[in-house]
Amino acid sequence: MKKIIFILLLSTLSWNSAYALITVDITRGNLDPLPIAVSPLHVDSESEKITSFEISTLGEEISKIVEKNFKSTGLFNPLKKDSFVQKPDIAHLKPRFEDWRLIKAQALVTGKLLIKNNKLKVEFRLWDLTAAKEMVALSFTTTPNNWRRVAHIISDKIYERLTGESGYFDTRIAYVSETGPKNQRVKKLALMDQDGFNTKYLTLGNELVLTPRFNPTNQLVTYLSYFKNMPRVYLLDIETGIQEVVGNFPGMTFAPRFSPDGKKIIMSFAKDGNSDIYSMDLETRVVEQITKHPSIDTSPSYSPDGKYITFNSDRSGLQQIYVMRSDGTQVKRITHGSGLYGTPVWSPRGDLIAFTKVRKGRFYIGVMRSDGTGERLLTENFYQEAPSWSPNGRVLIFYRETKSDSKGKGFSAKLWSIDITGYNERRLKTETDASDPSWSSLLSK
Amino acid sequence: MKFNKAIKNLFIVLFSTLLISACSTAKKANVDTVDDVYTGTDTVEFLAKGVPDRIFFATNKSKLTTASRDTLRKQATWMRKNKDVTVTVEGHADERGTREYNLALGERRANAAKDYLMTYGVSGKRISVISYGKERPVNPASSPLAWSQNRRSVTVKAN
Repeated sequence: MKKIIFILLLSTLSWNSAYALITVDITRGNLDPLPIAVSPLHVDSESEKITSFEISTLGEEISKIVEKNFKSTGLFNPLKKDSFVQKPDIAHLKPRFEDWRLIKAQALVTGKLLIKNNKLKVEFRLWDLTAAKEMVALSFTTTPNNWRRVAHIISDKIYERLTGESGYFDTRIAYVSETGPKNQRVKKLALMDQDGFNTKYLTLGNELVLTPRFNPTNQLVTYLSYFKNMPRVYLLDIETGIQEVVGNFPGMTFAPRFSPDGKKIIMSFAKDGNSDIYSMDLETRVVEQITKHPSIDTSPSYSPDGKYITFNSDRSGLQQIYVMRSDGTQVKRITHGSGLYGTPVWSPRGDLIAFTKVRKGRFYIGVMRSDGTGERLLTENFYQEAPSWSPNGRVLIFYRETKSDSKGKGFSAKLWSIDITGYNERRLKTETDASDPSWSSLLSK
Repeated sequence: MKFNKAIKNLFIVLFSTLLISACSTAKKANVDTVDDVYTGTDTVEFLAKGVPDRIFFATNKSKLTTASRDTLRKQATWMRKNKDVTVTVEGHADERGTREYNLALGERRANAAKDYLMTYGVSGKRISVISYGKERPVNPASSPLAWSQNRRSVTVKAN
């Protein structure tokens, strides 16, 4: 993957915050999504032809991706284009607000693009139709092949302006692609854009791979591989494809995750029937044992400030969630409800921990405060686990498996997402069956 | 307490053995698990004549049952007789637990078997362990019976 430099220029057009501009409240389930019109981006007639794709419809395609992103949030209601009353180029210059209000739109997105010297220059604006004002105006330049990311960046900027929180559209999902019968699954590391496009496979499927997780800059993935039938934590550089074993442990290492500064990997090491939590500094290679207990301690995850670790342990007799200082001191059990608790993951905002709960044979994805209070179960199913946070801490992605019959038929594994409000549950499209998702941070910040 | 439980387990095993033999010609009744542990013979293979290759566990547990210890003693006897043989003990879990916890659980089950083999005179150097967690079910169904067959450790000849 080539490094792409985006040049973001914030236009100096001033908007006066004294006006009551439209906002979208994302803190509760939104039952009244904001009607928004996304005008196709106008394609400048001076644009060069490109061999790899059609230019004339590019503005239309970008607007469709933006609409799809908005729709997936459940917060916006993109309006049908056939009711649009103004041509894209004219609307972008100065929309006739009253005309757009007629089709019940409250916000309007307009834009234009130009391809020159093999550069794609995009400009877009967000208009508040009620207040008849421009809310955002941005332009940026990139390589033409990046046009899908252009659509995601536009989506992020608008989401940010309307909700007051950063977006999560210009992101990727690392996951495990699954094919073949249930008792002989072939698993590969895979990577795709958040909306399911641009899928890439990072391993060939010759050995079992599990639980990929991004580092904070999204260039590395740490995961478990059964290469040579030795289950070990590996590190993969996505750009170069170089893989290496993490540490020199005389047994199985698993459940890896990066520290928030990206300098360490925390994981479990199993020896003689006992799994404890260890960390390894990637630069100095110094290994530190963090828990020392004859029970199973696994699925560790750092708090965003790096000061605490949450993990699950069966030291009480049953799998429960604990929090400790990152040096292993002050271990405290935080789940006390009935059932089993596992896979704790700290929110990037620091306030919540997402988890899997098993109770009476059903599986739940939930969130709670980091002291274990305020538990909310978001979704219940036959089998689901392994939540991963969107970079803004508003959405969880996880995987769900279906029941199989006596011959193993009917089995599937799919990725799903749900807002932490408990609303807006959606299945993510993947080329194959999929599990163990890891959501990247924003690719362009 | 522990002694009582052992007696209880023994009785259950004896009782179920009787039941199984009683039912073997008649319609097969649902007696394949006792206390959540698989006691049937489907899926079981043999390292040698009369030496079953696997033992079964209760949900989330790695405790050896009376039947498991019996199987492992047979494996130990066979290994002591065949001094060149090395084995890998594969630990497995059912699909009803989180993936990472199940990896640890499979490792704990495989080691429970390894430890018992060692107490009966097999050198630890001849036994390696690997956990597959829930990744390699022997029965792909989603049923209590399949799950009980999948909660297992299997001793596999490595050479």
